[in-house]
Amino acid sequence: MAEPLALILREQFHAPEQQRETATLGMWIFISTEIMLFGGLFLAFSVYRMYYPQAFIAGSADMNIALGATNTAVLICSSFTMALGVHSAEVGGRKLLNLFLALTMILGAVFLGIKFTEYYLHYLDHRVPGPGFLFPSADPPKAEMFFLLYFIMTGLHALHMFVGEGILFSMILRNRAGSFSAEYHTPVVLAGLYWHFVDVIWVFLFAIFYIEGLHLHKW
Amino acid sequence: MTPVAEAVTVERNYLNQGEGILSWLFTLDHKRIAILYLVSVTMFFFLGGLFALLMRLELLTPRAWLFNPGDYNKMFSMHGIIMVWFFLIPSIPTTLGNFFIPMMIGAKDLAFPKLNLLSWYIFMFGGAVTVFALVRGGVDTGWTFYTPLSTTYLNTYVTATATGVFIAGFSSILTGLNFIATIHRMRAPGMTWFRLPMFIWTHYATSLVLVLATPVLAVTLLMMGVERIFHVGIFDPALGGDPVLFQHMFWFYSHPAVYIMVLPGMAVISEIIPTFSRKPLFGYDFVAYASMAIAVIGFLVWGHHMFVAGLSIYSAMAFSFLSYLVAVPSAIKVFNWSATLYKGSISWDTPMLYAIGFLGLFTIGGMTGLFLAALGIDVHVTDTYFVIAHFHYIMVGGTVMAFLGGIHYFWPKITGRLYPEGLARLSALIVFVGFNLTFFPQFVLGYLGMPRRYAAYPTEFQMLNVLSTAGASILGVGYIFPLCYLLWSWKYGKKAGPNPWRGTGLEWTTASPPPRDNFEVSPIVEGPPYDFGRMREELHLG
Repeated sequence: MAEPLALILREQFHAPEQQRETATLGMWIFISTEIMLFGGLFLAFSVYRMYYPQAFIAGSADMNIALGATNTAVLICSSFTMALGVHSAEVGGRKLLNLFLALTMILGAVFLGIKFTEYYLHYLDHRVPGPGFLFPSADPPKAEMFFLLYFIMTGLHALHMFVGEGILFSMILRNRAGSFSAEYHTPVVLAGLYWHFVDVIWVFLFAIFYIEGLHLHKW
Repeated sequence: MTPVAEAVTVERNYLNQGEGILSWLFTLDHKRIAILYLVSVTMFFFLGGLFALLMRLELLTPRAWLFNPGDYNKMFSMHGIIMVWFFLIPSIPTTLGNFFIPMMIGAKDLAFPKLNLLSWYIFMFGGAVTVFALVRGGVDTGWTFYTPLSTTYLNTYVTATATGVFIAGFSSILTGLNFIATIHRMRAPGMTWFRLPMFIWTHYATSLVLVLATPVLAVTLLMMGVERIFHVGIFDPALGGDPVLFQHMFWFYSHPAVYIMVLPGMAVISEIIPTFSRKPLFGYDFVAYASMAIAVIGFLVWGHHMFVAGLSIYSAMAFSFLSYLVAVPSAIKVFNWSATLYKGSISWDTPMLYAIGFLGLFTIGGMTGLFLAALGIDVHVTDTYFVIAHFHYIMVGGTVMAFLGGIHYFWPKITGRLYPEGLARLSALIVFVGFNLTFFPQFVLGYLGMPRRYAAYPTEFQMLNVLSTAGASILGVGYIFPLCYLLWSWKYGKKAGPNPWRGTGLEWTTASPPPRDNFEVSPIVEGPPYDFGRMREELHLG
């Protein structure tokens, strides 16, 4: 934690503004690659959703909508606390920044906790694709495709959440060491961009996996 | 000139600033990272070339005499995988691009030097995993990893190889990200978009494709790996999957990847031709827009790899039309390079020989691409040597020629030394002759119906195959020559001075080899690129 309070201008740049804009641009480019990464999975989902509409809706009806909706609410709240964190960083409120980063981390952890509870319930229900897969419908292999895509896509999302938690943790450490100020807080802004992106992906996942079979749900 | 040149020799440059292997392994200097990449991709090139040589030896006789058919499958698979992902994709961007993008725009370094070094480590890690898979027994899917062959039926190191490719993909993404951010934000004062050398424009287009296409390959390989490891169905029709979806996703990356490979070649050619014709690049704006058009339209043509895979006739027609369309910007470039030559004061130095070779060979490769875009002809020549010849005219006749041309053109700047010109011209000639003798007969073979990926073939094809193998051995010699004399010249070559070719770019205004920060004084740009007229005046005035 040897970084001083003032901003560090790395040698390849000639002005702080240039450094900040470059870093932000880099993050946006990274997010566009992430969109393409998830995009491939959304494409595969759409194709099989089109091939096997009945099985996919049945699979969706089998989801635990209460846990899914709670998780969506948790993540949206975490985006809110993250936005407040970025705002605190901009005005130089170090204590507030600490608070909001910690809150965001906690909400992220709650999300992951609920997500893995859900996975465990799927496991108990024999919904994990593979030899032990069971599904009470006419065509289990097609429902298996639904669950396979569900596990891959939400699993990749959960992986991104873990990375996000790590980033937030490092932000807290750097903030405690006094690395950020109203003049220099680019890493917090970038962490915020990443966090919001991961949230938005979840909103789409929630829509395609949970909402679709809502009308068939046994309450 | 002389006092400057003498002062330069005693000054510290990027090569002597920092000693020992660690100063290289932990360097953040884009020039040194470019050298790390150059060494790596050269090794992969010769490794991939070794497989090619073994294949050509096998094909000397109609009967399989050297390998059993299974081993032959491994030969062409490993040749393709190494050449595509560990040579062609990184070749020009990570070496010449890495070295010269900051220099040409007047920057001290790339925007993210640490990411740049990280990308090299990721690349080497991916390469190590792939070589590990190769040493353990290799892979025989072909470089395309088509499912369900790759996921269900083969017992070779598919997962390990795909993991290597998957990892290397992230190094591509980081390189592309770095270039885009650098070109947007790191330009010197006065370096407006339309004053950028064409090298920059073309690398910008390449980087867009790198960051947008590579993640799709990553996720495709991920799904393939899941299917193979867990024995669940995504692409396997027996388990409800759709193998054609794999092909769509694979080619959504791999066709744009062709432009990742050839656009940087065009970047190099756009620098060499003006310099050795002493004329500005003809139709600068059009060439710039053509690069962007190739990047955009290149995303919309992947279906032409799948004309026989069961596409509907309507989507096949759409892909056919778009494939014709993507040829237009490439043709614009060829015409503009040719127009640049017109009434130029041309000198036939080695880089120019490679550039002219590129012009001819790329044109043949491009024109035969139009044959393949035509639905009827494509059905006849699909999976034949015609396709092989076509893409080797683009990849080897285009990209490798441009790579060698670029290495020769920039060698004096990179090392501060000149290579032996006579020997270099001779090997450029050997490469050209060897290349055509290798691949032209393959057009004929393919048109006559010889399928690709077989170790044996009917006896009437032997003559043309022997010609091709003879050409390959000449080509091999042509590649080993530059390796030897370039390494020799690094130590014993004549001192080059800052601007041996009288080029106009910012990279020629600084010392050779350049100092750590590239420029003694941060440059300010006051005019268009390729301003040979102004340079002539300045020389004339003294």
